[in-house]
Amino acid sequence: MNFPILSSVIFLPLLGSFFILLSRSQNNNQGAIYVSLFTSLANLVLSLFLWYVFDNAETEFQFVEEKNWISGFIKFKLGVDGISILFIVLTALITPICIISCINSVKTRIKEFLILILILETFMIGVFCSLDLVVFYIFFEAGLIPMFLIIGVWGGPKRVYSAFKFFLFTLLGSVLMLVAIIAIYWITGTTDVVQIYEIKIPKEYQYLLWLAFFSSFAVKMPMWPVHTWLPDAHVEAPTAGSVILAAILLKMAGYGFLRFSIPMFPVASEYFIPLIYSLSVIAIIYTSLIALMQDDMKKLIAYSSVAHMGFVTLGIFTFTQQGMEGSIFQMLSHGVISAALFLCVGVVYDRVHSRLISSYGGLANYLPKYSLVFIIFVLGGLGLPGTSGFLGEFLILVGVFKKSYIVAMLASLGVILGAAYMLWLAKRVIFGETHNEIIKTIKDLNLSEGTILTILAIIMIFFGFYPQPLIDTISTSVNHLINNYQIDLIYHLKVNNL
Amino acid sequence: MIDNFNILLPEIFLTLSILTVLMIGVFTKNSFNLVSKLSLIIILLSIFILLNNETSSIKVFSESFIRNAFTTFIKILILISSFFVLNSSQQFIKDNKIDKFEYPIIILLSILGMFFMVSSNDLIIFYLGLELQSLSLYILAAIDRDNLRSTESGIKYFILSALSSGLLLYGCSLLYGFTGSTNFDIIAQELNSENTGAVFAMVFILVGLAFKISVVPFHMWTPDVYEGSPTSVTSFFAVAPKVAGLAVLIRFMQTPFENILIEWQTIIIFLAVASMILGAVAAIGQKNIKRLMAYSSIGHMGYALAGVATGNISGYSSSIFYICIYVVMNIGAFACIYLMRVDNKYKEGINDLSGISKKHPLLAFSFLIILFSLAGIPPLGGFFAKFYIFMSVIENEMYTLAIIGLLSTVISAFYYLKIIKIIYFDETINKFDENRNISITSTIFISCVILVTFFLYPALLNDLVNSIFI
Repeated sequence: MNFPILSSVIFLPLLGSFFILLSRSQNNNQGAIYVSLFTSLANLVLSLFLWYVFDNAETEFQFVEEKNWISGFIKFKLGVDGISILFIVLTALITPICIISCINSVKTRIKEFLILILILETFMIGVFCSLDLVVFYIFFEAGLIPMFLIIGVWGGPKRVYSAFKFFLFTLLGSVLMLVAIIAIYWITGTTDVVQIYEIKIPKEYQYLLWLAFFSSFAVKMPMWPVHTWLPDAHVEAPTAGSVILAAILLKMAGYGFLRFSIPMFPVASEYFIPLIYSLSVIAIIYTSLIALMQDDMKKLIAYSSVAHMGFVTLGIFTFTQQGMEGSIFQMLSHGVISAALFLCVGVVYDRVHSRLISSYGGLANYLPKYSLVFIIFVLGGLGLPGTSGFLGEFLILVGVFKKSYIVAMLASLGVILGAAYMLWLAKRVIFGETHNEIIKTIKDLNLSEGTILTILAIIMIFFGFYPQPLIDTISTSVNHLINNYQIDLIYHLKVNNL
Repeated sequence: MIDNFNILLPEIFLTLSILTVLMIGVFTKNSFNLVSKLSLIIILLSIFILLNNETSSIKVFSESFIRNAFTTFIKILILISSFFVLNSSQQFIKDNKIDKFEYPIIILLSILGMFFMVSSNDLIIFYLGLELQSLSLYILAAIDRDNLRSTESGIKYFILSALSSGLLLYGCSLLYGFTGSTNFDIIAQELNSENTGAVFAMVFILVGLAFKISVVPFHMWTPDVYEGSPTSVTSFFAVAPKVAGLAVLIRFMQTPFENILIEWQTIIIFLAVASMILGAVAAIGQKNIKRLMAYSSIGHMGYALAGVATGNISGYSSSIFYICIYVVMNIGAFACIYLMRVDNKYKEGINDLSGISKKHPLLAFSFLIILFSLAGIPPLGGFFAKFYIFMSVIENEMYTLAIIGLLSTVISAFYYLKIIKIIYFDETINKFDENRNISITSTIFISCVILVTFFLYPALLNDLVNSIFI
C-alpha cells in the first residue's frame, strides 16, 4: 500500500488543531468542538480501518514508511505490529471520549484545551508508530508539553506543584534514555529499531543501556518508588487530562519495555528480572494498601493504576506467551476501565465539586443510571470475571506462576486488595446514607455522559467475554518477540563461552 | 595586492560606510532614525557582499588574515543577528530616550571588531579586533548615561573586561616569547605538550576568551551587565559577541592549540560543566527576566563549550549549530521582552508576565515556544541543538559530561517552566500596551516559525554547518 496511512493517523489531529487555531469565534466554541470531534472520530475510523487491514499472521512490521530525515543517519521511520496497533486504536478511541467529556467539564478556554488534546493525540500515536529511537524519543518527550499545560491551566488548586512534578520527573527519567539512544547510535551505527534488532548489542553495554531506558520507563509507568508524581498529577488534572494520563500515557512505558528494552537488551532484561519483580510486587501490595486508605476518589484510582501497572511489568518480564499477552491485554483493558472510572469521578465532580469520598454516599437513590455504570466499572476495575479486567490479570498470573510461585502468590494478594479498595469505594459512594444535601438536588447522567460511559462499558464487557480479536492480533507478534528473545539469549551465551 | 583587498572587501566596506554614516549623523539633526535605517541597509549590504564572496580558504597580508567558509559563515551569522536585534529594538531605543545617532554606529563598529577577531590568523590582529569589539560594547552598556544602573554596568563591564583583556594580552606575549611568532600557523607548529610555558600562555588566553563569552567562573559580570544595560543593548550582548567569542575560541583550538589538545580539553570540560550547572541552578531564584536570561545564556554557553570540549570537527560543528539555534531563541526571547510594556514603561520583572496568556494569547504562545525550546524539549529547535551537542560528546565517550549536561537540562527546565507557569497559570496583573510594531512582532514570528518547523528538515542547517569546516 502506497498511501501513508500511519502518517495520516499521526498528523490528522495536528491538522485538526491547526483548523481550530484558525477559527476565530470568540464566545461561541461550538465550531471548535465540532472540528475537534470530527477530526478525532475520523482518526478513530482510520485507525479501525488500519486494524481491519492489518495482517494478524505477519511477524514483520506493517505499513512501514521511511523517509530520510536527518542527513542519512536518522530516518523518519514508522510501522506497526501486533503489539502497537491496538494502542493506536485505544488512543484514537479515548481522544473523542475526552473531547465529549470536556464539553461538560471544561468551562474556560475550551478552544485551547481542544487544541492541546489533539496535539497530544498526535504525539501519543507517534510514540506507538515510530520505529526509530530518535523519532520515538521526540514523540515521547513532546507529549510533556501539552500535558503540562493541561494540568497547569485547567487543573485543581495544587495544579502548579503537580504539573511541575509531572514534567520534571518524566524529563529526568527521559534524559538518561537520550544518552542511551545516542550511545546506541555510536555502538550500532543506526537508530533504526529493526536494524538494531538484527545487530546484537554487545553484552557489556546492555546493562547500562537497559538501566537508562528503565529509568525513563519506570517513571512513566510508574513503578514504585518513582510513582509519586502520578497521584498528584491525576488528582489535579482536569477529567480529560486524567483520562488521557491513565489510559494512554502510562501505556507508553509498558509499550517501551516491549518494543525497546526486551528485544534490544535481552541479556540485561533477563539479568534484571529480580529487580522488576520485586519493584512490581512492592508496587502491587504497597500501593493497594495506600489506595485502601485514600479519602480522595481520584487519588484512590490513581494508586490503583500504579498497582495495575505493577501487574503489567510483572507480566512483561515473565517472557511467557501468556504473561506478555496478558500484560498487553491488561494495558488495553486498564486504558478503558481507568478512563471510565475517571470519567465517572468527573461526572459527580462537575456537579458537587468535591472529590472526597466522604462528601458522597447513597448516590444509588438519587442517580440510579450513574450508580449502575459506576458499579460496572468498579467491578471491571477489580477484575471480575466477565469483564476485560479479569482476563489480563488472569493471564499475567498464569505467566508468573510458570516463573515463580512466591511472586505469583504475592501478586495474587494484590487482586484481593484490589477487590477490597474498589468495593469499599463503591460502598461508600454509591450505597449508604446520604449526608450531603447537594446530592439530593443534582441531576443524573446527561446524554453525552451516558453515551460515552455506555460505549466504554460495552467495550469492557464485550472484550471480557470475547477477547479473541485482541488476542489474535497480539499473539503472533508476542510469539515472535519471545522467540527472538530466546535466540538472542542463546547467541549471547555462546559468544560468552567462546 | 588588489586581490588581497578584494578579500577584505566586507571589512573595507563596513569601515568606509561607518565613517560615512558617522558624518551623516554629525551633520544632520535628530539623525537617529536616518542613521539606524542606513545601518540596517549597511548590514544587509554586508551580508550580500559576504554571500557573493568566494569561500575558498585563503590567507592574506603575510598570513595574518584568513578568509574561509567558517569565517564567512560566522560573519553572516553575526550580521543577521545584529540586524534582527537592531531592527526590533528601534522602538525601545526611542521610548527610552537613548536614540543617539552613535548607537547604531557603535554597534557597527563592534561588528567590525568581531569581523577582524574571527578572521584573524595572527595574535596582533586578533587582539586589535577583540579590543575594538570590547570598547564598543563598554560604551553600549553605558549608553543610557543618565541612568545609574546603565553607567554602573558599563563601568563594571569595563573594569572586569579590561582585566581579562590584560590576562589575554599577557598570554599572547607569553605565546610569542615561547614560540617566536605571532602567526597562528607557526605557533601551531612550535607548540607541544612539553612546552610548559606555552601551556601557561594557553591558560591565560583561555581565561580571556572565557570571560568574553561569559562562562563560569568568569561569568560574574554577566548578570549585572545584562540587568543594568538597556534591554536593546542586552539583547545585542546576548547574541553577537557570543557568536564571535565562540567562533574565535574554536579558531584558537583548531589552529594554534591543535597540538596541545590534552591540556586544554580538561579546562574546557571544567568550564562547560561549571557553566551548565551554575547556569541552571543560579537562574532559579531570579526575579528579573534579564538577569534570568543572563544565567540562561551562561548555561547555554556551557552546552556550546561541551561541543568544543570534544576537540574534533564534529564537536566544533555541533557547537556552531548550537549557537545558531541559541541566537534564534535569544532574539525571539528579547523581542518578547520588548513587548513587556505597561503604560509606556518597560517592565523587567518576571512577575509582570503574570497571567498574560489571557490578555495576549499570541505573545504568550510565542513565549511558550521559545521557552520550551530554550529548555530543549522536543520537537522544538532547541532540542536538536542539544541533541547534536550530545551526539558528538557521546561519540567521544565523554559520558560523564553528557550525563551532567542532560541532568542540568532538567534543572534548567525548572526555571523555564516557572516562567511558563507565571504566564499561563497565574492570575492576570498587567495588561501590556497594545503594540502593533511590525518589526518586533515579525521578529518573534520568524523565530517561532524557525523553532517550530525546525524538526521538518534539521539536516539543512546541519549540512550547512558541517560544510563550513571542510
